[in-house]
Amino acid sequence: MNFTLKIWRQKNRTDEGRFVEYTVKDISPDASLLEMLDVLNNDIVRKGEDPVAFDHDCREGICGSCGLVIDGRSHGPNRGIATCELRMRSFRDGNTIVVEPWRAKAFPIIKDLVVDRSAFERIMQAGGYVSTKTGGVPDANAIPIPKPVAEEAMDAAACIGCGACVAACPNGSAMLFVSAKVSQLALLPQGQVERTERVQRMVARMDAEGFGNCSNNYACEAECPKKISVEHIARLNREFIRAKVAG
Amino acid sequence: MKLESKIPAGPIEKKWDDHRFNLKLVNPANKRKYTIIVVGTGLAGASAAASFGELGYNVLAFSYHESPRRAHSIAAQGGINAPKNYANDGDSIYRLFYDTVKGGDYRAREANVYRLAQVSNSIIDQCVAQGVPFARDYAGYLDNRSFGGAQVSRTFYARSQTGQQLLLGAYSALSRQIGEGQVKFFSRREMVDLVLVDGMARGIVVRNLVTGELESYAADAVVLATGGYGNVFYLSTNAKACNATAVWRAYKKGALFGNPCFTQIHPTCIPVGGDYQSKLTLMSESLRNDGRIWVPKKQGDTRKATDIPEEERDYYLERLYPSFGNLVPRDVASRRAKEMCDKGHGVGPSKMAVYLDFADAIRRNGKAWIEEKYGNLFDMYHEITAEDPYKTPMRIYPAVHYTMGGLWVDYNLMSNIPGLYVIGEANFSDHGANRLGASALMQGLADGYFIIPYTIGDYLASTKFKPVKTDDPPFRESTKTINDMVNKLMSIQGTRTVDDFHKDLGKIMWEYVGMGRSEKGLKKALKFIPELRKEFWSDVKVTGKENDLNAELEKAGRVADYLELGELMALDALNRSESCGGHFREEHQTEEGEAKRNDKKFSYVAAWEFKGENKKPALQKEALEFEYVKPSQRSYK
Ligand SMILES: Cc1cc2nc3c(=O)[nH]c(=O)nc-3n(C[C@H](O)[C@H](O)[C@H](O)COP(=O)(O)OP(=O)(O)OC[C@H]3O[C@@H](n4cnc5c(N)ncnc54)[C@H](O)[C@@H]3O)c2cc1C
Ligand code: SF4
Ligand code: FES
Repeated sequence: MNFTLKIWRQKNRTDEGRFVEYTVKDISPDASLLEMLDVLNNDIVRKGEDPVAFDHDCREGICGSCGLVIDGRSHGPNRGIATCELRMRSFRDGNTIVVEPWRAKAFPIIKDLVVDRSAFERIMQAGGYVSTKTGGVPDANAIPIPKPVAEEAMDAAACIGCGACVAACPNGSAMLFVSAKVSQLALLPQGQVERTERVQRMVARMDAEGFGNCSNNYACEAECPKKISVEHIARLNREFIRAKVAG
Repeated sequence: MKLESKIPAGPIEKKWDDHRFNLKLVNPANKRKYTIIVVGTGLAGASAAASFGELGYNVLAFSYHESPRRAHSIAAQGGINAPKNYANDGDSIYRLFYDTVKGGDYRAREANVYRLAQVSNSIIDQCVAQGVPFARDYAGYLDNRSFGGAQVSRTFYARSQTGQQLLLGAYSALSRQIGEGQVKFFSRREMVDLVLVDGMARGIVVRNLVTGELESYAADAVVLATGGYGNVFYLSTNAKACNATAVWRAYKKGALFGNPCFTQIHPTCIPVGGDYQSKLTLMSESLRNDGRIWVPKKQGDTRKATDIPEEERDYYLERLYPSFGNLVPRDVASRRAKEMCDKGHGVGPSKMAVYLDFADAIRRNGKAWIEEKYGNLFDMYHEITAEDPYKTPMRIYPAVHYTMGGLWVDYNLMSNIPGLYVIGEANFSDHGANRLGASALMQGLADGYFIIPYTIGDYLASTKFKPVKTDDPPFRESTKTINDMVNKLMSIQGTRTVDDFHKDLGKIMWEYVGMGRSEKGLKKALKFIPELRKEFWSDVKVTGKENDLNAELEKAGRVADYLELGELMALDALNRSESCGGHFREEHQTEEGEAKRNDKKFSYVAAWEFKGENKKPALQKEALEFEYVKPSQRSYK
């Protein structure tokens, strides 16, 4: 397959950035989009130029490193997968593909397609945990958890922290990401003790990092590679109100 | 140099308890006076750094990732072992110990393995307390599944994302420590050198991957938790950035490298598609609980899998190993798959694949049941191959997956360099010549949560430290060496890319140092690798700038190290003129084609000592003694 690519190139945080056009030829339909970029980058290097920088690692949809806006869609046209899982057979031969980084105020661009998602780290540090210490915990089976509850917690815990939800949201909101963590721990008995504080601290940090508000647009759920449900946002809102009342 | 394993005396059940009692303690108020560097924040590193922080040490943690949650551990699918015996099927610490020593084909230290089995139960408790959503049964209690090499159900899991959930647990504990300022986390930093002062590990030099700057950090001890080196083969199930640089540079500073040739080839991976391929995808071993492996009886059979009638299929693992069947250990399953393909029974376009078939399980339990257990693996397979595994069997083939070899450590997980600790996949310790499934997560967390927090205290409490500063000569010398290397890589401006060289190396490694090894082949590898290395250093092309985010330069440094490590692996494989576990020397096999050990000559850990650039490393041997599990020909019949 052959493609024309329009790729966002930006030298550093302060550079203005622009689209640059490339062509790639003889790409296997079974190759992934990132493998197509590998082919492109090797060509660019052979020409003596600086290859396109992009984040990636596991290449199987679990580490959350990769994240490209492809033809205007976070993680590309297919639902429920990350950028690295996207195969070229999803595109039509000869097409032009537009590749951009996540665009959100809270995720500054570092270079080309690589963005700084450390705001997510700071939200986690503000309360995304159970304050247990190593050792001194009860036997694992001392806390039975009904299967449906455990399953729902697992649905929320499946978030890979990629940031597609933020990139997809017209307001650059991080509600889906934050709600997934809050929800997981609010559902489980282990999370009860710090339930009130946790939601308050995480939401406060989220606001301080410059993420926008949620206006129930639901683009986040549509672009989330792990199909995290917006119902978690509803739970976060309930938790937040509950905390206010309790606080 | 004499290798001291420091295995405590006494009966195996009491060694660790006695040892812990004998270890010196750092008084709580003094802990804040010590600084510990942790390189790597995957399962091993994150659990260690969080635990150190909780104890009150100052911790500096480093990763080339932007976040600890991106570490390769996140990709582990199947599960984590612990002999809780919740299934009431006869499991015990002793049985897990026995299975692991036997599974490793009697090339691991008994005392370490016993301790691993002992602390593994606490890992499950710890993770549950953190909120890890393990799978549960309808009564709300924890569920288990089976993995290869065991006849009990002792594997805890969270769908097919166990590594993700365990890492997120450790990451949350670490995040809390970072938030409290007890741990400082340095993201996008790659350790490029270990710094010794008076022979002790006292710091590291890292490259800031965003600015390209070399930065120095000093501490009282350095812990490497940098993962495995399977990517020396180019194609493997490891994440793309996994690399050997930290351990390799430490090796060149004097740390011994243990059993470098012990590589695990995992039997169930999606086969190679084409030259564009950048990595291989694992299909978790847990699938062998319900999937049946087979090939057509007829050679070169081109019919569709579903058109081949039952009596014309060879379920070769069930035929050869009636008692373990599809759940034989990985090395055995991989070798048999290769043998079937070599004999012309392979399937799929490349004929280098066998079937993993779920039709029976779907008939027995329904599609929904399979979907709940393995749904995301099935989706992943579908996404990659465009074939629906609910309708047609998966095609699978072995791929490089894990490295049992790594830096040599003693019972305290300290290398031969005082103050340098190595944990997780980066060390050589507990898996011998073959790792059992669901045991790497267990080992990483055992090392990080429950072993090193005790043993490092003993070292800190019993050592006198003179103050060091990051502009002291050893740091400046390291920085200069690395700077020179970077400049050299940038200045060659040859004709071939880093990937070109990496792929070439991978082909040599897979062909001669892969699943089947022979004296003749290994000697070829020992000729080809240095030739390729020479070519690399005169013809590689690295573009971009050194003081910028430059992925090509990062890769170049890593491939430069692989080009040396690959040679050491071949040398070690040549030296070990026996077959054991995943190390299969074609000259040494039983009549039935199983690995044939030579305990008289090779019941030792091969620990290699760096002797200078382009010089042959020296071999140190640590003899292995088996007091409890008597070595015998492994049998899974
Ligand atoms: C696809 C797959 C599935 C698996 N499934 C299972 C399973 O089901 N059960 C099981 O028990 N095991 C499984 N394993 C094996 C297991 O996942 C790994 O062995 C284990 O997670 C390794 O953990 P670790 O902490 O030692 O290293 P890693 O998780 O690899 O972490 C390494 C860390 O070191 C950092 N690092 C490395 N080098 C440097 C450097 N030079 N400078 C700075 N930082 C550095 C990285 O950034 C990272 O933070 C699987 C492995 C694979 C590939
Ligand atoms: S909620 Fe979905 S889109 Fe957002 S970070 Fe998590 S996985 Fe990514
Ligand atoms: S590279 Fe890991 S999720 Fe895409």
